[in-house]
This record gives sequence, structure tokens and C-alpha cells, in this order.
Amino acid sequence: MNRLSVKHLLGIKDLTREDIELLFQTASSFKEVINRPIKKVPSLRDITIANVFFENSTRTRLSFELAEKRLSADVINFSSSNSSVKKGETLVDTVQNILAMKVDMIVMRHGSPGAPHFLARSLANTKTGKHAVVVNAGDGTHEHPTQALLDTFSIHEKLGTLEGKKVAIIGDILHSRVALSNIFALQKLGADVMVCGPNTLLPKYISDLGVKVELDVDKALEWCDVANVLRIQLERQQIKYFPSLREYSLYFGIDRKRLARLNKEIVLMHPGPINRGVELASDAADADNAIILDQVENGVAVRMAVLYLLASKKPD
Amino acid sequence: MQKRNLLNHELLEITILRLCQQLIENHGDFENSVILGLQPRGSHLARTVHQKLKGLTNIEVPLGFLDTTFHRDDFRRRDTPITANQTDIPFLLEDKNVILIDDVLFTGRSVRAAMDAMIAFGRPLTVELLVLVNRRYSRDLPIEPKYTGRNVNTIKSQKVLVEWKDQGANENSVWLIDN
Repeated sequence: MNRLSVKHLLGIKDLTREDIELLFQTASSFKEVINRPIKKVPSLRDITIANVFFENSTRTRLSFELAEKRLSADVINFSSSNSSVKKGETLVDTVQNILAMKVDMIVMRHGSPGAPHFLARSLANTKTGKHAVVVNAGDGTHEHPTQALLDTFSIHEKLGTLEGKKVAIIGDILHSRVALSNIFALQKLGADVMVCGPNTLLPKYISDLGVKVELDVDKALEWCDVANVLRIQLERQQIKYFPSLREYSLYFGIDRKRLARLNKEIVLMHPGPINRGVELASDAADADNAIILDQVENGVAVRMAVLYLLASKKPD
Repeated sequence: MQKRNLLNHELLEITILRLCQQLIENHGDFENSVILGLQPRGSHLARTVHQKLKGLTNIEVPLGFLDTTFHRDDFRRRDTPITANQTDIPFLLEDKNVILIDDVLFTGRSVRAAMDAMIAFGRPLTVELLVLVNRRYSRDLPIEPKYTGRNVNTIKSQKVLVEWKDQGANENSVWLIDN
């Protein structure tokens, strides 16, 4: 197969295992491209992409922008903080106006779960939007598909396969879009998944997704081959879910001492930005078995693959 | 569908040997030369030429493989996108004499894309094209090989198939197929 089964990338849930494998194969070709002396290819030179960010982002936005530029696409950036959204314009109107300027793809981050799905459905019924492709760059606490793709791609690169590997996702699962997308991607690729965190930061019915649940971080680390440590998302917490950051760090923070107690070496990941000293101590984050910066590098290659494969459809 | 044999095992062997002799005549000790096989189908021929040159001259010419997928000019014009292959060029092309190798030369678009892709690895001194089969009168672009195994006159609907024993065929051979 050399074509994705979906028109938009809205979530990992919609992708097949074959889609993910095609994305990995394409991403590994792009990884070679971005390590050349000249890192640019002309594939998307007739495509215009709008990065529409209704929520703050540093690395995802930079990573998408770099991926788009490496593919020679024309790029425009939009952020809601200095736009007509402040004057009451709706999401669909904003995007329709951008598309009227002959934009082909929309990369969107939005604070509301399901916003890209709503946008894709709404655009399908409009003249300007029916050919546009929507890429979800994170929607609220729902999904962050490109992050999950780059995480699983990085594990695949490090361990050779995901089949049968044990991956523990540790931290604030309740407020994380990375966790849900990762669970879907890991399970589609045959990995065993465990979530671990304080009871208050684990969604009530998370085990219905077929994942193991663990409250003791030492047991989770003992079990896993890979630990994907998530950030405590203080900005999404309306109430206190644990007494203090110090206490969280004491019970769930991962440092070299905790890792040294294991009788094996595990791969350590973090989607960033790290709260150093809270969920991950500096001595662990900068250790040899941490692949955090590989994840960032792979992010550009994976996003190039996503954009390339979604844009490859022949125009009607 | 009709299949006509253009080169059987023996003829193919002789053709590749002749191509290697021509390369030796022009490149001497290959001091500043490199071989680039075009992915996917030129890579096997490039490996074969590389091995034969080593046998004939005892010289190991640097060998790399170039994928042109992201440099093609037919993106969004094909019904299905081409799946990319790996590029593996463990040397710089700056000031090198590059021998570009593909199995069949048809429209010339792959070779154009290859020359575009090559620039990312440095500015070569010279670039020569070696092909096993040159399909004449079918070029879209002004590209001609310097070394040709066999010239054939074909029409667009015909196909040239190069089969290698190492890749599961009964024997090494080249076929002209009428659809």
C-alpha cells in the first residue's frame, strides 16, 4: 500500500496499522533528507499550508513549520490571540476565509476536543473547503496524532519493533492528549501499554481501553521496556489533584536513583516541555538512555511524512 | 500480452562486461569517480557493475544509492503516490565524476529528478549516465546516456522488464512486453 486510508489526519483512532507503517517508511526516508547538507526537497512546492493555532505551542508549531518549509510548501501562520477570533468570528468562518486565499491544508491546534473533526465535517459541505486537508496538531485533552506517531517511530527506531514491547505512560494521563493518541498507536502496532500516575490523574474508565493501570511508579518501571513520562499540565487543572509538586516529585518523579534500582536499562521518553525536577530529574532527562531529543528530530521527519502523504492526492 | 526477449543471460553478461570495459577506458584508476545507482531499479545494476569493476581492476569504486521520489515532477499527477526508497550516499559528490546508473531510460524524467536530488550532496565535476536499455524516441526531456547496453525502438504502450536472478527470477534477462 502506498496511500493513506484517510483524507485528513484527525486522530490515530482513524488510522490502520498499514497507514502507520507507511508513515514510518516515508518518515525514515525524510529523516535521511533532513540530515543532508541541503535539507530541502521540492515535493510540496505548489501547496500552501496554514498553521492555525488557537492554543499556544512552541515545539509542535516550529516542527510543523520546519517540516512544511523542508518540503518547499508556502506557509502562513495564524494565532488566535491577535486575530478576528477576538472580535467574535467563528472557527469555520475564520478557516473559510483562510481557505478563500487558496490554501490547500490546515494544520490546526484547538483547545476544544473534537474541533478538527467538526472543522473537517463543516468544510466538506462548502465550496472553498471541500478539497482542503485538515491535520490535527492537538485538540484539547483528546488527541495529538503527530506526537504519537513520532513517539512510536522513535521507539521503533530504538528497539527495532513495537510488537510485544511494554510501554508505560507515566504522569498526568487525565489532561493529556498525548496519552490517548499514544495508547491507540502503541496498541495498533502490537505493544502492551500501561498507564501510571496518581489515582486523581487517571481517567476513571481508562482500563476499558485495554491498558494496564498501576499506581506505583517503581512497579511500572520494573515492568516496562519504555517509559514515556508526561508533563504535569498545571494549566489544565482547575482544582488541585495532588497536594504539592514536591510530593508529586517524591512519589512519581523519575530520577537516576530510581532508574538505578532497576535491574535493566529502559528507554526514557518525554514529549516536552519538561518540568525539570518535577516529573523528570535532570540526571534522568540527560541520561544516555533518554531519547527526548531524538523525539524532537523525528518529529520533523514524521510531520513531513504526514504532510507529503496527505498532499499526494491528485486534485479533482 | 506478448513478451520478447531482448537480452538473455549470456548476452546480458557480455553487455555488462562491455559497459565495464568502457568505464575503465574513460575513468582509468577511478581515482575521482563514484557510482550512484538510481533507486529502486537501477540499484541492482549498480551493484553488479561495482562488483565487476572490482573483479577487473581490483579497485573499489565508492558506491551509493539515490532515491528521487521527493524530486519527481509528477507529484499529485499520478493516481497513486510512489513509495520512497532509502537514499544511501556515504560520501560527498563535490568535484567527483559521477556515474549515474539506471536499468531503463524512458522519458528521462527520473534522470532529471536524480540530477536535482544529487545537488544536495555537493556539486559534481561531471555526471555521466549509464543505462542497460535505452528506449529511443520516447524522451520527454533532452537527456541521453553516455553508456548504453542496448538501444531499442519502442512505443509508449510497451514496457521493458529487467529481471534478476538474485531478486527471484529464473535467470538474468531483459524483456520487451507488448500490452
